[in-house]
Amino acid sequence: MTLTDTRSLTGAASAENIVSFDESEVVLEARNLSVSYGGAPAIEDISFQIPRNSVVAIIGPSGCGKSTLIRCFNRMNELIPIAQISGQVLFNSQPIYSTAQDPTEIRFRIGMVFQRPNPFPKSIYDNVAFGPRINSLDVNLDEVVERSLRRAALWEEVKDRLKDSGLSLSGGQQQRLCIARALAVEPEVVLMDEPASALDPISTQHIEALIRELSLQVSIVIVTHNMQQASRISDYAAALMAGEERVGRLIEYGANEQIFGAPKDPRTEAYVTGRIG
Amino acid sequence: MQVRERFDRELGQLEANVVLLGGMVEGSIFDSLSALKNRDLEQSRSVIDRDDDIDEKEWEIEKGCIRLLRREAPLARDLRRIITIMELANELERMGDYAEGIAKISLMMGDDPPLKELIDIPRMGEIAVSMVKRSLESFLERDPERAFEIAQSLSPDDDRVDRLNHRVRSELFDLMKASPANVVRGTYLMWAAHNIERIADRATNIAERAIFQATGEQVNVGASEPGTAADES
Repeated sequence: MTLTDTRSLTGAASAENIVSFDESEVVLEARNLSVSYGGAPAIEDISFQIPRNSVVAIIGPSGCGKSTLIRCFNRMNELIPIAQISGQVLFNSQPIYSTAQDPTEIRFRIGMVFQRPNPFPKSIYDNVAFGPRINSLDVNLDEVVERSLRRAALWEEVKDRLKDSGLSLSGGQQQRLCIARALAVEPEVVLMDEPASALDPISTQHIEALIRELSLQVSIVIVTHNMQQASRISDYAAALMAGEERVGRLIEYGANEQIFGAPKDPRTEAYVTGRIG
Repeated sequence: MQVRERFDRELGQLEANVVLLGGMVEGSIFDSLSALKNRDLEQSRSVIDRDDDIDEKEWEIEKGCIRLLRREAPLARDLRRIITIMELANELERMGDYAEGIAKISLMMGDDPPLKELIDIPRMGEIAVSMVKRSLESFLERDPERAFEIAQSLSPDDDRVDRLNHRVRSELFDLMKASPANVVRGTYLMWAAHNIERIADRATNIAERAIFQATGEQVNVGASEPGTAADES
């Protein structure tokens, strides 16, 4: 096929282009996941597994459904009234969309960091203590705040001004504060939707180093448009592509060396080498 | 404008430069062997002089690759192509050094006749030059099946060169053992044969790199163990 033939971009991945894991290794899984907004399909029939303690990058051209997909992983799409979700998302083998699951609880266990840092207009301390407080967790808040800020590589920079507003920090520090806030409730997975796209190169390096460090303890699913960043930080990468009808499908999911070294699907190759997208 | 047009154009220029370098190196190998066989010292000097041009071309290619790596941060096939171009330029430059080495040996031999008639060494050279040509073809085709096919065709030729080298060495050892007066001239020819054997090995390396470029797989074409030259009559 030619790389410019958009009609050929619509097919979903063949099974051998999707890496799979032993069930014991899997923390999060999408099974035949489809989302539509007001009846218009956005992503269709997506199935893949996120292994524990790994960084999984979701890549693909604009409009292919990356953010839609990542928001399904902690029921954030439910906050959009016209969103309809079918298929399953399993967290530790349990369906997160069952009525028995509390969405708020799910969102603490599967935290999220957004493109633009969004600290609360509260002190640095209160930002981090927010989750444990509203969950009424029986913990020593001082310890949780320090531990979370240390894990987010921010402690040394803010330890003497914990009462200052979170909004007084630089953009990169604010993003790490948001990561510390997510970590304070001890999530197993952290979802990140372009967490460094609004940051300068040094702050971006901090975030990337932090992601690698955190992946020793939690799983990270990150949406990024930056192929070099995805290549630097991910263990696995999932490539999404939408055809003319604008429905995103998973075309390939594999180890970092495969996706950024020798992709199996020519559409992945065309995307990561900048020929499309 | 087509996406990444400038990048594709510059990558194409680098590939063209590799082909050019390949031609320069093939010429040097051929001429160094011809000069050795015909005792043409002028031709040997010309090969030595031309090695500077080969070195310069290698640097030019390497600089171009570094520029593209720095500017484009390439991935996947683009990254493999640039890495392959750099590796090939290096392999070819080393082949040029071996040709220069043969030319220097030829000069050291001066007007002395070779210790033995030059039959196997030119034959090794012919096979090695053919291997270099084919390995460069596999680089240019970028087709996985063709790359594997060519690599497989090189392996028996590499074995033949190894066997001929082994036979040349054995014969020269016998002559040197027979008379200490033969040691210097025998050693010259052993060096020449060794250089050709290394050229053949590097042609195999190029074929391996061509497979990497086409597939991303690192394959050892793996010549079999060098045997005796009994079947090289």
